[in-house]
Amino acid sequence: MEKFTTITSSIVPLARRDVDTDMIFPAQFLTSIANKGFAGALFRRLRDQEADFTLADERYQESKILVAQSNFGCGSSREHAVWALRDWGFRVIIAESFADIFAGNSAKNGLLLVTLPALEIETLLSSAAQRETTVTVDLANQTVTLADGKTVNFNYDAFRKHCLLHGLDDLDYILSHQKELDQFHEGDKKRLFFI
Amino acid sequence: MNVSKYATIFKLRTKLVRRLILNPISKRITISMTARNIIEKIWDSHTISSQPGHPDIFAIDFMLIHEVTSAQAFQMLKERNLKVWDRSRFLATLDHSIPTRPNRLEIFDESARAQVEKLRSNVQEFDIDIYDFGSGQQGIVHVVGPELGITQPGMTIVCGDSHTSTHGAFGALAFGIGTSEVGHVLASGCLLLKKPKTMKVEFTGNFSKGVYAKDAILKLISLIGIGGANGHIIEYCGDAIKRMSMEERMTICNMSIECGARAGLVAPDDITYAYIHGKKHAPSAVRWDEAVNYWQSLQSDADAVYDKSITIDLNKLGPMITWGTNPGQAGEIRANIPQIKEFSQEEQLSAKQALEYVKLQPGDSLDGLPFEWAFVGSCTNGRIEDLRIVADILKNKKIASGVTFYIVPGSEAVRNQAIAEGLDQVFIDAGADFRMPGCSMCLGMNDDKVPSGLRCISSSNRNFVGRQGPGSITHLASPATVASSALLGKISAPSSFSVIKEA
Repeated sequence: MEKFTTITSSIVPLARRDVDTDMIFPAQFLTSIANKGFAGALFRRLRDQEADFTLADERYQESKILVAQSNFGCGSSREHAVWALRDWGFRVIIAESFADIFAGNSAKNGLLLVTLPALEIETLLSSAAQRETTVTVDLANQTVTLADGKTVNFNYDAFRKHCLLHGLDDLDYILSHQKELDQFHEGDKKRLFFI
Repeated sequence: MNVSKYATIFKLRTKLVRRLILNPISKRITISMTARNIIEKIWDSHTISSQPGHPDIFAIDFMLIHEVTSAQAFQMLKERNLKVWDRSRFLATLDHSIPTRPNRLEIFDESARAQVEKLRSNVQEFDIDIYDFGSGQQGIVHVVGPELGITQPGMTIVCGDSHTSTHGAFGALAFGIGTSEVGHVLASGCLLLKKPKTMKVEFTGNFSKGVYAKDAILKLISLIGIGGANGHIIEYCGDAIKRMSMEERMTICNMSIECGARAGLVAPDDITYAYIHGKKHAPSAVRWDEAVNYWQSLQSDADAVYDKSITIDLNKLGPMITWGTNPGQAGEIRANIPQIKEFSQEEQLSAKQALEYVKLQPGDSLDGLPFEWAFVGSCTNGRIEDLRIVADILKNKKIASGVTFYIVPGSEAVRNQAIAEGLDQVFIDAGADFRMPGCSMCLGMNDDKVPSGLRCISSSNRNFVGRQGPGSITHLASPATVASSALLGKISAPSSFSVIKEA
């Protein structure tokens, strides 16, 4: 996994709540067995059908940070949604809250999810709606800094932070406990009854 | 992999913490003497390693595999030269990408065909069992697991599918995962997880005639919203749950994810044990008593606590229908769509956008709304009890002209049972299309799609924009409501439902 470094980028405002993974990655692309090259599918329906959809805007093609409202990534478990965001070039999603499975999938792909209070989100969204808004996301210090120097702190799980900053993988961590895994699995037949 | 990379993550501030981490005895989770609920009991019994500041290494007993979310996971195993840790912990079948027409063996869509072929070659290479077409057991993963008796109380079950929560009906802790995690479970039988919060949802009272488990879960989602249980696992309880069949409980647990709960479960009881008994993978006769004793011990302690709780009285509940573009935008069929000002400030914009998409207005009634398509099927409502309810309603009647009605059994076993009971003939006589098993019209990724601009009443689980096909409009309801509505060609409560006037 790619190591996460401090990101400075203009933000793409997506003033919506409950952005579901069907929206992020429409089902017609789900038959792919590739593991990259999903950028074209990202928000495809919205890009095709809504003239004012922000991601279709030329100005935002190089942006690495997406800002949305609450419950981002709800619905289907499809990791394709995270792959598409990653392949598009996003490294950070800032939102009021995230759905659980989406958050797990993001952590596996080096996509940083930053949770900020509704008030901060609204400030970012309204600023970006008016003019290009650049922010710096610093994971090591857990800060989001606006162009005018205003800095907002965010909470982030210490273990996940370490993994992201060092590009570490869950599976390596699990397999580094092989002895404990073996010990557990030796005993677990006792409470398993399926044959 | 260098283990010390992780060991140095945290500066140990106190000797106590240092001792906890370094002492191999306290490294294992200490079972608290305080009261625990069933979620905590299953969590504790599956925690292999729990260290302060780290997520738990959490054991997964069984994983179901389908074609859509597994290819990249098998690819990862190959790239890293890893093996499947224990082949007896996995079962694959085909459900999402496949056609449901009679001659389904030939898959016309090139990409879908390649995906199905990839699953077949992967399970062959890694020596994993698969229930393929014609095996008698192929079907939607969440229908197949329970009907084989694989899904049992106290187990942890995962699948690369958010509706894995279905298996919670048996008192299993079951949840959807992403494809990376599918790879982790294939290679290690484990996941890295943070212990979730717990929520108690109590259903009390009795269903009126014409009201079903689907209506109860839609009611919950409409009350707490589609993110209402984020970060939580739900235990469903209450006298109404205790009276429900296993299939009704599966419908409830299935849609836990639609209010944000990664999993939802019901404590096992005699109804659970009776369902499992005699199934293909049920405990052997010699271990049956031991199994039941263990399962019984999983009940939540009387004074167990939860982070959240809600009680819902079903006595006055009427048949539900979704009016918007997420499962929480729902109400009773007899109620009108709320006015925009009745929503909270944050919900107003999405309600407006939803109504625009579904071509309805605030204050409109859904009762009597015409539609072109009807669908009964999916992991939510594609089981034999659902088909029996539908057949009862359709018997000796004809569906309205202009309505296309797909009835899609959840599995080959469900289909064979329906045929054995003569339900297929009832469906055909009524003018419905009784098809081969699969996810079908639930998700718009196979041949079965609702055409753009057309409206569908559906027993499935999601009504997101374009969920059943680009431009399609979905109204979620119980199988009984779908069938009753299909007879009239317009949305209608089941005729058995007697309207109780609100006081």
